[in-house]
Amino acid sequence: MTLLETRALEVAIGSTTVCCSLDLAINAGERWCILGRNGAGKTTLLLTLAGLRPPQSGYIALRQQALSALPRRQVAQLIGILFQEQTDVFPANVFDTVLTGRHPWLGPLQWESDTDRAMARTALKAVGLADIEQRIVTTLSGGERRRLGIATLLTQDPQLLLLDEPTNHLDVHHQIQILQLLSDLATEDNRALLLIMHDLNLAARYCDRFLLLFGDGETAQGSAADVLTRPYLERLYQHPLLPLQGPQGQVWIPQ
Amino acid sequence: MIGRPRVLLLALLLLALLSLLLSLTSGTVNTGWHDLLALYRGEADAITAQVILELRWPRSAAAFTTGGLLALAGSLMQVLLRNPLADPYVLGVSGGAASGALLALLFGLGGFWLQGAAFSGALLSMLLVFGLSHGSGNWTTSRLLLTGVVIASGWGAVIGFLLALSPEQGLRNMVFWLMGDLSYASLPTTGSVILLGGLLAATAMGRSLNILIHGDLTAGALGIAVMPLRRLVYLLASLLTATAVTLAGSIGFVGLIVPHMLRLLGVRDHRLLLPAAVLLGGSLLVCADTLARTLLAPRQLPVGILTAMLGVPLFLLLLHHGRTLHGLDNR
Repeated sequence: MTLLETRALEVAIGSTTVCCSLDLAINAGERWCILGRNGAGKTTLLLTLAGLRPPQSGYIALRQQALSALPRRQVAQLIGILFQEQTDVFPANVFDTVLTGRHPWLGPLQWESDTDRAMARTALKAVGLADIEQRIVTTLSGGERRRLGIATLLTQDPQLLLLDEPTNHLDVHHQIQILQLLSDLATEDNRALLLIMHDLNLAARYCDRFLLLFGDGETAQGSAADVLTRPYLERLYQHPLLPLQGPQGQVWIPQ
Repeated sequence: MIGRPRVLLLALLLLALLSLLLSLTSGTVNTGWHDLLALYRGEADAITAQVILELRWPRSAAAFTTGGLLALAGSLMQVLLRNPLADPYVLGVSGGAASGALLALLFGLGGFWLQGAAFSGALLSMLLVFGLSHGSGNWTTSRLLLTGVVIASGWGAVIGFLLALSPEQGLRNMVFWLMGDLSYASLPTTGSVILLGGLLAATAMGRSLNILIHGDLTAGALGIAVMPLRRLVYLLASLLTATAVTLAGSIGFVGLIVPHMLRLLGVRDHRLLLPAAVLLGGSLLVCADTLARTLLAPRQLPVGILTAMLGVPLFLLLLHHGRTLHGLDNR
Protein backbone atom coordinates (compact mmCIF):
# COMPACT_ATOMS: atom_id res chain seq x y z
CA MET A 1 0.00 0.00 0.00
CA THR A 2 1.29 3.45 -0.90
CA LEU A 3 1.69 5.61 2.20
CA LEU A 4 3.17 8.77 0.76
CA GLU A 5 3.16 9.81 -2.85
CA THR A 6 4.44 12.88 -4.66
CA ARG A 7 3.67 14.03 -8.18
CA ALA A 8 5.74 16.61 -10.08
CA LEU A 9 7.04 17.92 -6.76
CA GLU A 10 9.20 21.01 -6.93
CA VAL A 11 11.09 22.02 -3.80
CA ALA A 12 13.57 24.86 -3.49
CA ILE A 13 15.33 26.65 -0.67
CA GLY A 14 17.19 29.90 -1.21
CA SER A 15 18.83 29.60 -4.61
CA THR A 16 19.06 25.79 -4.43
CA THR A 17 16.57 23.68 -6.33
CA VAL A 18 16.20 20.48 -4.34
CA CYS A 19 14.08 18.68 -6.92
CA CYS A 20 12.20 20.06 -9.90
CA SER A 21 9.80 17.28 -10.81
CA LEU A 22 9.92 14.47 -8.32
CA ASP A 23 7.56 11.52 -8.54
CA LEU A 24 8.01 9.37 -5.49
CA ALA A 25 5.94 6.57 -4.00
CA ILE A 26 6.78 5.27 -0.54
CA ASN A 27 5.06 2.00 0.25
CA ALA A 28 4.54 0.24 3.56
CA GLY A 29 7.46 -2.03 4.40
CA GLU A 30 10.00 -0.05 2.35
CA ARG A 31 13.21 1.40 3.73
CA TRP A 32 14.17 4.54 1.82
CA CYS A 33 17.37 6.52 2.10
CA ILE A 34 18.01 10.05 0.85
CA LEU A 35 21.62 10.62 -0.21
CA GLY A 36 23.25 13.88 -1.21
CA ARG A 37 25.97 16.41 -0.53
CA ASN A 38 25.77 18.97 2.28
CA GLY A 39 23.36 21.70 1.26
CA ALA A 40 21.66 19.63 -1.44
CA GLY A 41 18.35 20.09 0.38
CA LYS A 42 17.85 16.70 2.01
CA THR A 43 16.41 18.16 5.20
CA THR A 44 14.24 20.62 3.26
CA LEU A 45 12.76 17.75 1.27
CA LEU A 46 12.13 15.77 4.46
CA LEU A 47 10.31 18.73 6.06
CA THR A 48 8.25 19.17 2.89
CA LEU A 49 7.27 15.50 2.87
CA ALA A 50 6.24 15.82 6.52
CA GLY A 51 3.97 18.74 5.58
CA LEU A 52 5.94 21.18 7.70
CA ARG A 53 7.01 23.31 4.75
CA PRO A 54 5.02 24.09 1.59
CA PRO A 55 6.51 22.90 -1.74
CA GLN A 56 7.03 25.32 -4.64
CA SER A 57 4.63 23.28 -6.72
CA GLY A 58 3.40 19.74 -7.15
CA TYR A 59 1.25 17.41 -5.15
CA ILE A 60 1.85 15.32 -2.03
CA ALA A 61 -0.65 12.68 -0.98
CA LEU A 62 -0.76 10.80 2.28
CA ARG A 63 -2.77 7.62 1.87
CA GLN A 64 -4.36 9.08 -1.29
CA GLN A 65 -5.42 12.31 0.43
CA ALA A 66 -3.85 15.70 -0.22
CA LEU A 67 -1.32 16.26 2.60
CA SER A 68 -1.91 20.02 2.81
CA ALA A 69 -5.64 19.51 3.33
CA LEU A 70 -5.31 17.04 6.21
CA PRO A 71 -5.49 18.30 9.82
CA ARG A 72 -2.03 18.39 11.47
CA ARG A 73 -3.15 15.97 14.15
CA GLN A 74 -4.19 13.32 11.62
CA VAL A 75 -0.88 13.76 9.77
CA ALA A 76 1.03 13.30 13.04
CA GLN A 77 -0.73 9.99 13.65
CA LEU A 78 0.70 8.68 10.37
CA ILE A 79 4.00 10.54 9.90
CA GLY A 80 6.67 10.98 12.57
CA ILE A 81 9.88 12.89 12.10
CA LEU A 82 13.24 12.99 13.89
CA PHE A 83 14.95 16.34 13.42
CA GLN A 84 18.66 16.80 12.93
CA GLU A 85 19.12 18.84 16.09
CA GLN A 86 16.85 19.50 19.02
CA THR A 87 17.52 22.51 21.21
CA ASP A 88 15.69 22.95 24.47
CA VAL A 89 15.51 26.18 26.42
CA PHE A 90 13.46 24.98 29.36
CA PRO A 91 14.43 21.91 31.36
CA ALA A 92 12.27 18.82 30.85
CA ASN A 93 12.94 15.32 32.06
CA VAL A 94 13.51 12.33 29.80
CA PHE A 95 10.25 10.55 30.56
CA ASP A 96 8.02 13.59 30.02
CA THR A 97 9.79 14.30 26.74
CA VAL A 98 9.19 10.78 25.44
CA LEU A 99 5.58 10.99 26.57
CA THR A 100 5.02 14.02 24.27
CA GLY A 101 5.02 11.47 21.45
CA ARG A 102 1.49 10.50 22.49
CA HIS A 103 0.18 14.01 21.82
CA PRO A 104 -1.41 13.33 18.41
CA TRP A 105 -3.35 10.40 19.83
CA LEU A 106 -4.94 12.25 22.75
CA GLY A 107 -8.04 14.44 22.70
CA PRO A 108 -7.70 18.11 23.60
CA LEU A 109 -8.55 17.68 27.27
CA GLN A 110 -7.40 14.09 27.66
CA TRP A 111 -4.58 13.14 30.03
CA GLU A 112 -1.99 10.48 29.26
CA SER A 113 -3.20 7.05 30.35
CA ASP A 114 -1.24 4.17 31.86
CA THR A 115 -1.13 2.63 28.38
CA ASP A 116 0.56 5.78 27.05
CA ARG A 117 3.05 5.69 29.92
CA ALA A 118 3.75 2.02 29.26
CA MET A 119 4.42 2.81 25.59
CA ALA A 120 6.88 5.52 26.61
CA ARG A 121 8.68 3.10 28.95
CA THR A 122 8.87 0.42 26.25
CA ALA A 123 10.35 2.94 23.81
CA LEU A 124 12.94 4.11 26.35
CA LYS A 125 13.89 0.50 26.98
CA ALA A 126 14.22 -0.16 23.24
CA VAL A 127 16.83 2.58 22.85
CA GLY A 128 18.59 1.75 26.13
CA LEU A 129 17.57 4.81 28.15
CA ALA A 130 15.28 3.07 30.65
CA ASP A 131 17.42 3.82 33.69
CA ILE A 132 17.69 7.56 33.15
CA GLU A 133 14.04 8.45 32.71
CA GLN A 134 14.15 11.12 35.42
CA ARG A 135 17.25 12.91 34.09
CA ILE A 136 16.91 16.47 32.80
CA VAL A 137 17.23 16.46 29.01
CA THR A 138 19.78 19.28 28.93
CA THR A 139 22.22 17.13 30.93
CA LEU A 140 22.26 14.30 28.37
CA SER A 141 25.10 13.65 25.95
CA GLY A 142 24.64 14.10 22.21
CA GLY A 143 24.16 10.38 21.61
CA GLU A 144 21.71 10.03 24.49
CA ARG A 145 19.64 12.93 23.14
CA ARG A 146 19.61 11.30 19.73
CA ARG A 147 18.25 8.08 21.20
CA LEU A 148 15.75 10.11 23.25
CA GLY A 149 14.46 11.61 19.99
CA ILE A 150 14.11 8.14 18.50
CA ALA A 151 12.28 6.90 21.60
CA THR A 152 9.85 9.84 21.26
CA LEU A 153 9.28 8.87 17.64
CA LEU A 154 8.61 5.24 18.64
CA THR A 155 6.09 6.46 21.23
CA GLN A 156 4.37 8.50 18.54
CA ASP A 157 3.82 5.20 16.72
CA PRO A 158 3.55 6.52 13.13
CA GLN A 159 3.31 4.42 9.95
CA LEU A 160 5.94 6.47 8.12
CA LEU A 161 9.10 7.43 9.99
CA LEU A 162 11.22 10.26 8.58
CA LEU A 163 14.64 10.45 10.22
CA ASP A 164 17.22 13.14 9.59
CA GLU A 165 20.61 11.53 10.22
CA PRO A 166 19.44 9.11 12.93
CA THR A 167 22.98 7.86 13.59
CA ASN A 168 24.39 11.33 14.22
CA HIS A 169 26.40 11.40 17.50
CA LEU A 170 25.98 7.64 17.99
CA ASP A 171 28.86 5.26 18.67
CA VAL A 172 29.29 2.21 16.43
CA HIS A 173 27.38 -0.10 18.76
CA HIS A 174 24.41 2.23 19.00
CA GLN A 175 24.48 2.99 15.26
CA ILE A 176 23.92 -0.66 14.49
CA GLN A 177 21.45 -1.18 17.32
CA ILE A 178 19.29 1.81 16.30
CA LEU A 179 19.40 1.05 12.58
CA GLN A 180 18.45 -2.58 13.26
CA LEU A 181 15.59 -1.42 15.47
CA LEU A 182 14.32 0.94 12.76
CA SER A 183 14.84 -1.61 10.02
CA ASP A 184 12.76 -4.15 11.94
CA LEU A 185 9.90 -1.66 12.08
CA ALA A 186 9.76 -1.84 8.29
CA THR A 187 10.47 -5.49 7.67
CA GLU A 188 8.50 -6.98 10.58
CA ASP A 189 5.92 -4.30 11.34
CA ASN A 190 5.23 -3.19 7.76
CA ARG A 191 5.96 0.47 8.42
CA ALA A 192 7.89 2.70 6.01
CA LEU A 193 11.22 4.40 6.70
CA LEU A 194 12.83 7.38 5.03
CA LEU A 195 16.30 8.13 6.37
CA ILE A 196 18.82 10.80 5.56
CA MET A 197 22.25 9.19 5.86
CA HIS A 198 25.83 10.15 5.17
CA ASP A 199 27.33 6.71 5.73
CA LEU A 200 26.95 5.04 2.36
CA ASN A 201 27.81 1.59 3.68
CA LEU A 202 25.33 1.65 6.55
CA ALA A 203 22.73 3.03 4.14
CA ALA A 204 23.37 0.18 1.70
CA ARG A 205 23.11 -2.33 4.50
CA TYR A 206 19.84 -1.15 6.05
CA CYS A 207 17.91 0.42 3.17
CA ASP A 208 16.44 -1.03 -0.01
CA ARG A 209 15.37 2.12 -1.89
CA PHE A 210 17.50 5.16 -2.55
CA LEU A 211 16.78 8.73 -3.58
CA LEU A 212 19.80 10.69 -4.79
CA LEU A 213 19.65 14.49 -4.72
CA PHE A 214 22.31 15.96 -6.98
CA GLY A 215 21.85 19.50 -5.70
CA ASP A 216 20.81 20.98 -9.06
CA GLY A 217 17.22 19.78 -9.08
CA GLU A 218 18.10 16.45 -10.70
CA THR A 219 17.28 13.28 -8.81
CA ALA A 220 17.69 9.56 -9.28
CA GLN A 221 15.91 6.79 -7.45
CA GLY A 222 15.81 3.04 -7.36
CA SER A 223 17.26 -0.04 -5.73
CA ALA A 224 20.91 -0.41 -4.72
CA ALA A 225 21.66 -2.16 -8.01
CA ASP A 226 20.10 0.73 -9.94
CA VAL A 227 21.60 3.78 -8.31
CA LEU A 228 24.42 2.80 -5.96
CA THR A 229 26.78 2.67 -8.89
CA ARG A 230 30.15 4.34 -9.27
CA PRO A 231 29.06 6.95 -11.90
CA TYR A 232 26.01 8.02 -9.89
CA LEU A 233 27.81 8.15 -6.54
CA GLU A 234 30.86 9.99 -7.87
CA ARG A 235 28.56 12.54 -9.49
CA LEU A 236 26.57 12.77 -6.24
CA TYR A 237 29.52 13.40 -3.94
CA GLN A 238 31.93 14.92 -6.47
CA HIS A 239 34.56 12.64 -5.01
CA PRO A 240 36.20 9.47 -6.33
CA LEU A 241 34.91 6.32 -4.63
CA LEU A 242 36.30 2.80 -4.71
CA PRO A 243 34.01 -0.25 -4.43
CA LEU A 244 35.47 -3.11 -2.40
CA GLN A 245 34.02 -6.56 -1.85
CA GLY A 246 33.67 -7.04 1.92
CA PRO A 247 32.46 -10.07 3.86
CA GLN A 248 28.94 -8.55 4.10
CA GLY A 249 28.76 -7.29 0.54
CA GLN A 250 30.07 -4.30 -1.32
CA VAL A 251 31.55 -1.35 0.61
CA TRP A 252 32.52 2.06 -0.71
CA ILE A 253 35.87 3.58 0.22
CA PRO A 254 36.46 7.27 -0.49
CA GLN A 255 39.81 7.79 -2.21
CA MET B 1 4.89 11.12 42.47
CA ILE B 2 1.18 10.66 41.64
CA GLY B 3 0.01 12.74 44.58
CA ARG B 4 2.59 15.50 44.31
CA PRO B 5 0.76 17.85 41.92
CA ARG B 6 -2.35 17.74 44.05
CA VAL B 7 -0.37 18.37 47.22
CA LEU B 8 1.31 21.37 45.61
CA LEU B 9 -1.96 22.88 44.38
CA LEU B 10 -3.51 22.37 47.82
CA ALA B 11 -0.53 24.00 49.52
CA LEU B 12 -0.73 26.97 47.16
CA LEU B 13 -4.47 27.27 47.72
CA LEU B 14 -3.80 27.36 51.46
CA LEU B 15 -1.10 29.99 50.92
CA ALA B 16 -3.53 32.10 48.90
CA LEU B 17 -6.17 31.91 51.66
CA LEU B 18 -3.65 32.74 54.38
CA SER B 19 -2.28 35.70 52.46
CA LEU B 20 -5.77 37.07 51.91
CA LEU B 21 -6.69 36.63 55.59
CA LEU B 22 -3.43 38.27 56.64
CA SER B 23 -4.07 41.21 54.36
CA LEU B 24 -7.64 41.61 55.66
CA THR B 25 -6.46 41.74 59.27
CA SER B 26 -3.46 44.07 58.89
CA GLY B 27 -3.56 47.81 58.62
CA THR B 28 -3.60 51.06 60.60
CA VAL B 29 -6.93 50.24 62.21
CA ASN B 30 -6.06 47.43 64.57
CA THR B 31 -8.00 44.30 63.72
CA GLY B 32 -7.33 40.66 64.41
CA TRP B 33 -8.53 37.22 63.44
CA HIS B 34 -11.33 37.48 66.02
CA ASP B 35 -12.72 40.48 64.11
CA LEU B 36 -12.95 38.41 60.95
CA LEU B 37 -14.74 35.72 62.92
CA ALA B 38 -17.10 38.32 64.40
CA LEU B 39 -17.71 39.71 60.92
CA TYR B 40 -18.53 36.24 59.67
CA ARG B 41 -21.05 35.81 62.48
CA GLY B 42 -22.49 39.29 61.82
CA GLU B 43 -21.40 40.54 65.26
CA ALA B 44 -18.72 43.02 64.22
CA ASP B 45 -19.10 46.74 64.91
CA ALA B 46 -19.80 49.10 62.04
CA ILE B 47 -16.31 50.61 61.74
CA THR B 48 -14.49 47.29 61.68
CA ALA B 49 -16.96 45.98 59.14
CA GLN B 50 -16.48 49.04 56.95
CA VAL B 51 -12.67 48.92 57.14
CA ILE B 52 -12.52 45.24 56.26
CA LEU B 53 -15.30 45.01 53.69
CA GLU B 54 -15.06 48.36 51.94
CA LEU B 55 -11.39 49.28 52.23
CA ARG B 56 -9.33 46.14 52.57
CA TRP B 57 -11.32 43.45 50.74
CA PRO B 58 -11.54 45.28 47.37
CA ARG B 59 -7.84 46.09 47.52
CA SER B 60 -6.80 42.56 48.54
CA ALA B 61 -9.01 41.08 45.84
CA ALA B 62 -7.52 43.47 43.29
CA ALA B 63 -4.01 42.54 44.42
CA PHE B 64 -4.74 38.82 44.11
CA THR B 65 -6.35 39.19 40.69
CA THR B 66 -3.54 41.36 39.38
CA GLY B 67 -0.88 38.98 40.69
CA GLY B 68 -2.70 36.02 39.15
CA LEU B 69 -3.10 37.79 35.80
CA LEU B 70 0.58 38.75 35.68
CA ALA B 71 1.86 35.31 36.63
CA LEU B 72 -0.40 33.65 34.06
CA ALA B 73 0.55 36.15 31.34
CA GLY B 74 4.24 35.72 32.19
CA SER B 75 4.07 31.93 31.96
CA LEU B 76 2.35 32.19 28.57
CA MET B 77 4.83 34.75 27.21
CA GLN B 78 7.74 32.51 28.20
CA VAL B 79 6.23 29.63 26.24
CA LEU B 80 5.31 31.83 23.28
CA LEU B 81 8.76 33.35 22.97
CA ARG B 82 10.61 30.22 24.17
CA ASN B 83 12.59 32.59 26.32
CA PRO B 84 13.02 32.25 30.07
CA LEU B 85 13.63 36.00 30.33
CA ALA B 86 10.26 36.97 28.86
CA ASP B 87 7.78 38.72 31.13
CA PRO B 88 4.27 40.07 30.46
CA TYR B 89 5.68 43.47 29.50
CA VAL B 90 8.37 42.41 27.06
CA LEU B 91 6.20 42.94 23.97
CA GLY B 92 5.17 46.48 24.86
CA VAL B 93 1.66 45.95 26.24
CA SER B 94 2.48 47.79 29.46
CA GLY B 95 4.20 50.62 27.58
CA GLY B 96 1.04 51.21 25.58
CA ALA B 97 -1.06 51.09 28.73
CA ALA B 98 1.30 53.47 30.56
CA SER B 99 1.24 55.95 27.69
CA GLY B 100 -2.56 55.91 27.72
CA ALA B 101 -2.70 56.25 31.50
CA LEU B 102 -0.18 59.09 31.68
CA LEU B 103 -2.05 60.93 28.95
CA ALA B 104 -5.22 60.62 31.02
CA LEU B 105 -3.39 61.79 34.16
CA LEU B 106 -1.93 64.72 32.23
CA PHE B 107 -5.45 65.88 31.45
CA GLY B 108 -6.42 65.37 35.07
CA LEU B 109 -8.66 62.39 34.36
CA GLY B 110 -9.05 59.54 36.84
CA GLY B 111 -11.16 56.54 37.69
CA PHE B 112 -12.99 55.09 34.72
CA TRP B 113 -11.25 57.32 32.15
CA LEU B 114 -7.82 56.46 33.49
CA GLN B 115 -8.59 52.75 33.28
CA GLY B 116 -10.17 53.13 29.88
CA ALA B 117 -7.15 55.01 28.56
CA ALA B 118 -4.75 52.42 29.97
CA PHE B 119 -6.71 49.52 28.49
CA SER B 120 -7.01 51.23 25.09
CA GLY B 121 -3.26 51.91 25.07
CA ALA B 122 -2.56 48.26 25.88
CA LEU B 123 -4.89 47.02 23.13
CA LEU B 124 -3.40 49.46 20.63
CA SER B 125 0.10 48.22 21.40
CA MET B 126 -0.98 44.59 21.23
CA LEU B 127 -2.57 45.04 17.78
CA LEU B 128 0.36 47.10 16.54
CA VAL B 129 2.86 44.38 17.45
CA PHE B 130 0.57 41.67 16.12
CA GLY B 131 0.13 43.42 12.78
CA LEU B 132 3.73 44.50 12.31
CA SER B 133 5.30 41.17 13.28
CA HIS B 134 3.23 39.34 10.68
CA GLY B 135 5.19 40.82 7.81
CA SER B 136 5.22 38.57 4.78
CA GLY B 137 3.29 35.83 6.50
CA ASN B 138 6.27 34.72 8.57
CA TRP B 139 5.35 34.90 12.19
CA THR B 140 8.59 33.73 13.73
CA THR B 141 9.54 33.98 17.37
CA SER B 142 12.47 36.30 16.78
CA ARG B 143 10.42 38.58 14.55
CA LEU B 144 7.71 38.85 17.17
CA LEU B 145 10.22 39.43 19.94
CA LEU B 146 12.13 42.11 18.03
CA THR B 147 8.96 43.93 16.95
CA GLY B 148 7.66 43.85 20.52
CA VAL B 149 10.91 45.05 22.04
CA VAL B 150 11.20 47.91 19.54
CA ILE B 151 7.59 48.97 20.08
CA ALA B 152 8.19 48.79 23.84
CA SER B 153 11.15 51.16 23.59
CA GLY B 154 9.04 53.44 21.42
CA TRP B 155 6.50 53.61 24.24
CA GLY B 156 9.39 54.32 26.61
CA ALA B 157 10.08 57.49 24.67
CA VAL B 158 6.39 58.45 24.74
CA ILE B 159 6.35 57.92 28.52
CA GLY B 160 9.45 60.09 28.96
CA PHE B 161 7.87 62.77 26.79
CA LEU B 162 4.64 62.76 28.82
CA LEU B 163 6.59 62.90 32.10
CA ALA B 164 8.57 65.87 30.79
CA LEU B 165 5.34 67.66 29.80
CA SER B 166 3.67 67.01 33.12
CA PRO B 167 3.43 69.74 35.78
CA GLU B 168 5.32 69.14 39.08
CA GLN B 169 2.28 68.23 41.17
CA GLY B 170 1.13 65.54 38.74
CA LEU B 171 4.47 63.73 38.66
CA ARG B 172 4.01 61.82 41.90
CA ASN B 173 0.79 60.23 40.67
CA MET B 174 2.46 59.30 37.40
CA VAL B 175 5.49 57.74 39.03
CA PHE B 176 3.27 55.73 41.36
CA TRP B 177 1.23 54.52 38.39
CA LEU B 178 4.37 53.54 36.52
CA MET B 179 5.72 51.54 39.45
CA GLY B 180 2.42 49.82 40.04
CA ASP B 181 0.01 50.98 42.68
CA LEU B 182 -3.11 49.43 44.15
CA SER B 183 -4.28 52.28 46.40
CA TYR B 184 -7.16 53.28 44.12
CA ALA B 185 -8.14 49.75 43.26
CA SER B 186 -11.82 48.85 43.38
CA LEU B 187 -13.38 45.38 43.49
CA PRO B 188 -12.03 43.71 40.32
CA THR B 189 -15.20 42.10 38.97
CA THR B 190 -14.27 42.21 35.28
CA GLY B 191 -10.64 41.46 36.06
CA SER B 192 -11.44 38.31 38.01
CA VAL B 193 -13.78 37.08 35.28
CA ILE B 194 -11.03 37.59 32.69
CA LEU B 195 -8.53 35.86 34.98
CA LEU B 196 -10.77 32.86 35.48
CA GLY B 197 -11.68 32.60 31.79
CA GLY B 198 -8.04 33.02 30.78
CA LEU B 199 -6.90 30.39 33.24
CA LEU B 200 -9.45 27.88 32.01
CA ALA B 201 -8.59 28.53 28.36
CA ALA B 202 -4.83 28.38 28.98
CA THR B 203 -5.01 25.24 31.11
CA ALA B 204 -7.12 23.56 28.45
CA MET B 205 -4.26 24.23 26.01
CA GLY B 206 -1.76 23.00 28.60
CA ARG B 207 -0.60 19.82 26.87
CA SER B 208 -0.08 21.69 23.60
CA LEU B 209 1.93 24.34 25.45
CA ASN B 210 4.14 21.61 26.93
CA ILE B 211 5.04 20.72 23.35
CA LEU B 212 5.15 24.23 21.90
CA ILE B 213 7.98 24.95 24.34
CA HIS B 214 10.14 22.46 22.38
CA GLY B 215 9.89 24.65 19.29
CA ASP B 216 7.56 25.21 16.34
CA LEU B 217 8.89 22.37 14.18
CA THR B 218 8.63 19.76 16.94
CA ALA B 219 5.14 21.01 17.78
CA GLY B 220 4.10 20.82 14.13
CA ALA B 221 5.51 17.31 13.83
CA LEU B 222 3.48 16.23 16.86
CA GLY B 223 0.25 17.40 15.30
CA ILE B 224 -0.17 20.93 16.62
CA ALA B 225 -1.49 23.64 14.31
CA VAL B 226 1.33 25.93 15.39
CA MET B 227 0.31 29.31 13.96
CA PRO B 228 -3.28 29.35 15.27
CA LEU B 229 -2.04 28.23 18.69
CA ARG B 230 0.68 30.88 18.81
CA ARG B 231 -1.75 33.61 17.80
CA LEU B 232 -4.17 32.48 20.47
CA VAL B 233 -1.46 32.43 23.14
CA TYR B 234 -0.26 35.89 22.09
CA LEU B 235 -3.74 37.40 22.20
CA LEU B 236 -4.56 35.72 25.50
CA ALA B 237 -1.31 36.75 27.20
CA SER B 238 -1.69 40.31 25.92
CA LEU B 239 -5.29 40.56 27.07
CA LEU B 240 -4.34 39.27 30.54
CA THR B 241 -1.47 41.76 30.75
CA ALA B 242 -3.68 44.63 29.58
CA THR B 243 -6.21 43.74 32.27
CA ALA B 244 -3.54 43.58 34.98
CA VAL B 245 -1.96 46.86 33.94
CA THR B 246 -5.35 48.53 33.85
CA LEU B 247 -6.06 47.34 37.40
CA ALA B 248 -2.81 48.39 39.03
CA GLY B 249 -0.24 49.90 36.67
CA SER B 250 2.92 48.09 35.65
CA ILE B 251 3.87 45.99 38.64
CA GLY B 252 7.15 44.39 37.80
CA PHE B 253 8.71 41.05 38.63
CA VAL B 254 5.66 38.90 39.45
CA GLY B 255 5.18 37.78 35.87
CA LEU B 256 8.86 36.96 35.45
CA ILE B 257 9.70 35.08 38.62
CA VAL B 258 6.53 33.18 39.51
CA PRO B 259 6.76 30.75 36.56
CA HIS B 260 10.45 30.27 37.28
CA MET B 261 9.85 29.64 40.97
CA LEU B 262 7.43 26.88 40.01
CA ARG B 263 9.83 25.42 37.43
CA LEU B 264 12.59 25.39 40.02
CA LEU B 265 10.21 23.52 42.32
CA GLY B 266 9.99 20.91 39.56
CA VAL B 267 6.62 21.90 38.06
CA ARG B 268 6.91 21.64 34.27
CA ASP B 269 3.54 20.42 33.07
CA HIS B 270 1.58 23.55 32.08
CA ARG B 271 -1.69 21.91 33.02
CA LEU B 272 -0.39 22.20 36.59
CA LEU B 273 1.98 25.13 36.22
CA LEU B 274 -0.63 27.62 35.00
CA PRO B 275 -3.13 27.23 37.87
CA ALA B 276 -0.23 27.07 40.32
CA ALA B 277 1.18 30.31 38.86
CA VAL B 278 -2.14 32.09 39.34
CA LEU B 279 -2.29 31.03 43.00
CA LEU B 280 1.35 31.85 43.72
CA GLY B 281 1.32 35.14 41.80
CA GLY B 282 -1.87 36.21 43.53
CA SER B 283 -0.53 35.33 46.99
CA LEU B 284 2.78 37.05 46.33
CA LEU B 285 1.13 40.28 45.29
CA VAL B 286 -1.31 40.22 48.22
CA CYS B 287 1.63 39.87 50.64
CA ALA B 288 3.58 42.59 48.84
CA ASP B 289 0.62 44.94 48.90
CA THR B 290 -0.01 44.27 52.58
CA LEU B 291 3.59 45.22 53.30
CA ALA B 292 3.36 48.23 50.96
CA ARG B 293 0.57 49.74 53.01
CA THR B 294 1.71 48.74 56.50
CA LEU B 295 5.52 48.94 56.42
CA LEU B 296 5.77 52.73 56.63
CA ALA B 297 2.13 53.39 57.63
CA PRO B 298 0.44 55.80 57.28
CA ARG B 299 2.69 56.35 54.31
CA GLN B 300 2.05 54.00 51.35
CA LEU B 301 4.70 52.62 49.06
CA PRO B 302 4.18 51.62 45.41
CA VAL B 303 3.62 47.88 45.53
CA GLY B 304 6.08 47.35 42.66
CA ILE B 305 8.96 48.11 45.02
CA LEU B 306 7.77 45.43 47.42
CA THR B 307 7.33 42.74 44.75
CA ALA B 308 10.98 43.18 43.85
CA MET B 309 12.07 43.25 47.50
CA LEU B 310 10.15 40.04 48.22
CA GLY B 311 10.78 38.39 44.90
CA VAL B 312 14.53 38.83 44.53
CA PRO B 313 15.64 37.00 47.71
CA LEU B 314 12.94 34.36 47.34
CA PHE B 315 14.01 33.66 43.77
CA LEU B 316 17.73 33.58 44.58
CA LEU B 317 17.06 31.18 47.44
CA LEU B 318 15.15 28.84 45.15
CA LEU B 319 17.76 29.14 42.43
CA HIS B 320 20.47 28.14 44.86
CA HIS B 321 18.38 25.30 46.24
CA GLY B 322 17.10 24.17 42.85
CA ARG B 323 20.57 24.04 41.36
CA THR B 324 21.56 21.07 43.42
CA LEU B 325 18.13 19.50 42.98
CA HIS B 326 17.66 19.67 39.26
CA GLY B 327 21.11 19.56 37.81
CA LEU B 328 21.07 23.11 36.43
CA ASP B 329 24.82 23.18 37.03
CA ASN B 330 25.42 20.63 34.32
CA ARG B 331 23.70 22.57 31.55
